[in-house]
Amino acid sequence: MGILEYLSANLPAIAPEIGLTILAMVILLVDSYRPDAKSNIGYLAAIVMALLAITPFIPGWSPAMGESSLKWGGMIRHDMLASIFKVMILFAGSITSLMAVKDSAVGQKGEFYLIITISTLGASLLAASADIVMLFVALETVSIPLYILAGFSHSDAGSAESGLKYFLFGSFASAILLYGLSLLFGFTGETQLTAIAASLTSSESILGTNILPALAALTLVIVGFGFKISAAPFHFWTPDVYEGAPTPVTAFISVASKAASFAVLMRFFIGVFPDAVQLDGQSVQAFWTGLITVMAVVSMTLGNVLALRQENMKRMLAYSSIAQAGYALVGVAALQSVDQAVMTSAISSVAFYMFMYTFSNLLVFAGVILFSEAAGTEKISEYAGMQRRSPWLAVTMTIGLLSLAGIPPAAGFFGKFFLFQAAVQANLAGLAIIGVLNSIVALYYYLLVIKIMWVDPGKDEDQAIKIPAPLAWTFGITTIVVLLLGVVPAPIIGWARDGAAAVAQAVTIGLP
Amino acid sequence: MIPLWIYLVMAAALFSIGTFGVLARRNGVAVLMSVELMLNAANINLVAFWRYTNPTEINGMAFAAFVFVIAAAEAAVGLAIIITVYRNRHSVIPEEARTLKG
Repeated sequence: MGILEYLSANLPAIAPEIGLTILAMVILLVDSYRPDAKSNIGYLAAIVMALLAITPFIPGWSPAMGESSLKWGGMIRHDMLASIFKVMILFAGSITSLMAVKDSAVGQKGEFYLIITISTLGASLLAASADIVMLFVALETVSIPLYILAGFSHSDAGSAESGLKYFLFGSFASAILLYGLSLLFGFTGETQLTAIAASLTSSESILGTNILPALAALTLVIVGFGFKISAAPFHFWTPDVYEGAPTPVTAFISVASKAASFAVLMRFFIGVFPDAVQLDGQSVQAFWTGLITVMAVVSMTLGNVLALRQENMKRMLAYSSIAQAGYALVGVAALQSVDQAVMTSAISSVAFYMFMYTFSNLLVFAGVILFSEAAGTEKISEYAGMQRRSPWLAVTMTIGLLSLAGIPPAAGFFGKFFLFQAAVQANLAGLAIIGVLNSIVALYYYLLVIKIMWVDPGKDEDQAIKIPAPLAWTFGITTIVVLLLGVVPAPIIGWARDGAAAVAQAVTIGLP
Repeated sequence: MIPLWIYLVMAAALFSIGTFGVLARRNGVAVLMSVELMLNAANINLVAFWRYTNPTEINGMAFAAFVFVIAAAEAAVGLAIIITVYRNRHSVIPEEARTLKG
């Protein structure tokens, strides 16, 4: 195969990443030569990232229906599941840049947009990675820029401290994950995910029938991923980091790195430890789905209960994001079924959930940014009377919070509906019931904020809050997407199902 | 030739020392050093497994090379963050940084 044919077959799989690399270089140049154009860099980053989100739809570049092909020598998966995650990650990067423009801590620094772009690049690669080398490199390409961003405000002690905590916990988690990956490589001599599974099942495997080493490696990997998706019991960095980091950065950490980590979590587990991998007559799958189930229950319960008594809006959203990770893990736990249809609905429900969570959470965080710029506080009680200061801000934040709580007509309702449906299909009705009960607990603290915004009398009610243009765009885009997903979820969930079906099929037929 | 298990025990020991260091040491720089030990433990695993099980392919060696690069990037960023924290509060002990209540 000639070099040109090779490139034309492989380049579409990383088209958004190439675009992001060029964008990063352009930002660096503009930042150096036009020091007065910081806001324009923000708009440039936002527009280019939003435009790159259409690359998966360009005819000829889009992945073939029902196919999950390996590109770049087995490093990258080119399939629709990767496309849907890339679209949400690119929008997360784009909207974060847009809402950062008017943020006093980060908006007027060109390097902020550069680092966001690079982190988006890493997240986008992570969602598509099919090889443990690629997985680890992409994971660090997401994380290392985020450590910098969390500590971005030099003068703010809280931000520096948040950066330090995020760095120490994050690099610890990466090291644990890497040790697990190195063991997996050692047991099989392979780095490609499905090749590892094939080698584990083959009769020449050096593990023989010994299941314990595989379980040890698997546990280390779960611990590593648990930190990245902020699932309990590996969540304790989340509230401090979320509270201390500049708010646009918190928004980005809570959506992009989490969405990409969920994508790769599912790819890793169904790639390396599908039901076909039996050691010593026991399925490794039962072990990891069991661990994921426990993590889901603990994350949901702990996140929701601790969120109830928070007074700081960002800390409340941090605990809420732990709970949201728990809900999404319900969908991952539903992968315990060997039935291809159930696996499809499990994977697609997680993809849909992350899609709606990305937009809902960005919407709420945009509100937090605007309000803390105007009122100079993040305390929930200070949100009193917001409806009279800016009705539009109150309306959009209410929609975002309702979506996180899972109330129609916002998107969150269908997100939870699909997740719990997948759990029931996979014979995990108990887990679904725990999820529903938790959603009811969560209602309390989301509705409490809404009540404070709309009913409670505030002290500065005569001072109207003006919504600047970039934030108005942010509110507009995210609100429309959240409402559209809540009213007509069919296109997105259909797209997710097509992508998930290809992945599930590749798993079930890929092994002997 | 030295058997493979000696390398693996050595790597496991390094990993355990690193984990202990992260959990027990309070100084940010010491925690960073412990994390580096853990990364190097993984690297010893990678290179030893590569040499003993599959030396005709380069995947294990390439993986180890990528880990070097990432460890270097991580150390650079980590030290920069530690310096920022030190400038703010003249201490590099995370627990003493109490602006954010845990």
